[in-house]
Amino acid sequence: MNEYIAHAGAADQLRVWHPFVSPLDPCPPIAEKTFIIPPNVTMPWQPPGLPQFSPYEALKLGTLWPAYYSPYETTPK
Amino acid sequence: MTRKMPDHYYKLLRDLQAMDFVLVELTLYLDTHPHDMAALQQYNQFASARQHLSAQFEQEFGPLKHFGQGYTRAPWQWNETPWPWQV
Amino acid sequence: MWIYEKKLQYPVKVSKCDPYMAKLLLEQYGGADGELAAALRYLNQRYTIPDKVIGLLTDIGTEEFAHLEMIATMVYKLTKDATPEQLRAAGLGDHYANHDKALFYQNASGVPWTATYIQAKGDPIADLYEDIAAEEKARATYQWLIDMTDDVDLQDGLKFLREREVIHSLRFREAVEILKESHGVKKVF
Ligand SMILES: [Fe+2]
Ligand SMILES: [Fe+2]
Repeated sequence: MNEYIAHAGAADQLRVWHPFVSPLDPCPPIAEKTFIIPPNVTMPWQPPGLPQFSPYEALKLGTLWPAYYSPYETTPK
Repeated sequence: MTRKMPDHYYKLLRDLQAMDFVLVELTLYLDTHPHDMAALQQYNQFASARQHLSAQFEQEFGPLKHFGQGYTRAPWQWNETPWPWQV
Repeated sequence: MWIYEKKLQYPVKVSKCDPYMAKLLLEQYGGADGELAAALRYLNQRYTIPDKVIGLLTDIGTEEFAHLEMIATMVYKLTKDATPEQLRAAGLGDHYANHDKALFYQNASGVPWTATYIQAKGDPIADLYEDIAAEEKARATYQWLIDMTDDVDLQDGLKFLREREVIHSLRFREAVEILKESHGVKKVF
């Protein structure tokens, strides 16, 4: 299971952008912001015969199909 | 009153949750892929396996469903076992 | 009709006594993009959607009630043994004054649930795009809720619920594709 988390990877689904930073911003700027493109956006039609998680892994992760697993780890924003 | 359910209860419950989760996933998949023979076959396999497992669970821990979708011993068992949000 | 099954869809575990988190979780109980709204939205739309997607709306709507029960379980466990003092400190004093520890269909800010949270346009594309949007908004809400707690067990249940919204969104996207394909009357030129 952990190998899936590592490889089906948060990184593949993450997008990064850099907001405008003004010298007049009151708080220390967060230079890099991220958002997620979940796999339902990149693969909006599920092809048949995809590999499956075991029932226990599926329950744990919330989907039967590794291709549609979207990990979310909280990041300090 | 502290009522502790045996570890075996949690184990069996999780087994059933895992099996039923596969069935939920296959159901939604088949709703949009009604002709996928492999998925249909897997659905029927799991449906039959889940019947055995839920019967085993109900034998030990009382009915999972109401309205005659399971059997009861005396006294009426429905209210005897704890509710999902309590355990 | 519906049959109740006396088990949760996923084993909910809460390990930290944190009544404030219960208040935040109400967003997914009685909020605009919460599980109650989701269940009622899909189960209401299904009466007038083309036959090919009625089964999907019925099944996802039913699953949403299982999610509602998971959220209720989290809120219940987080408040069950809290004293009125702890509830006041958690910003739930006003809730206590009205409801004691009873759950109520309201969002994290205490705004009661309203039917205007859900749409039913009768147009299949309008309705399905509403559903896709609702799923993405629920997914986002789960992300922000996960950010608001450091209880890994609670995060675990929230991650499960978040992933379910990813799958629901996928199925609604597929439903749109199915409707695109259903040429009932072929036009001949
Ligand atoms: Fe949900
Ligand atoms: Fe959903």
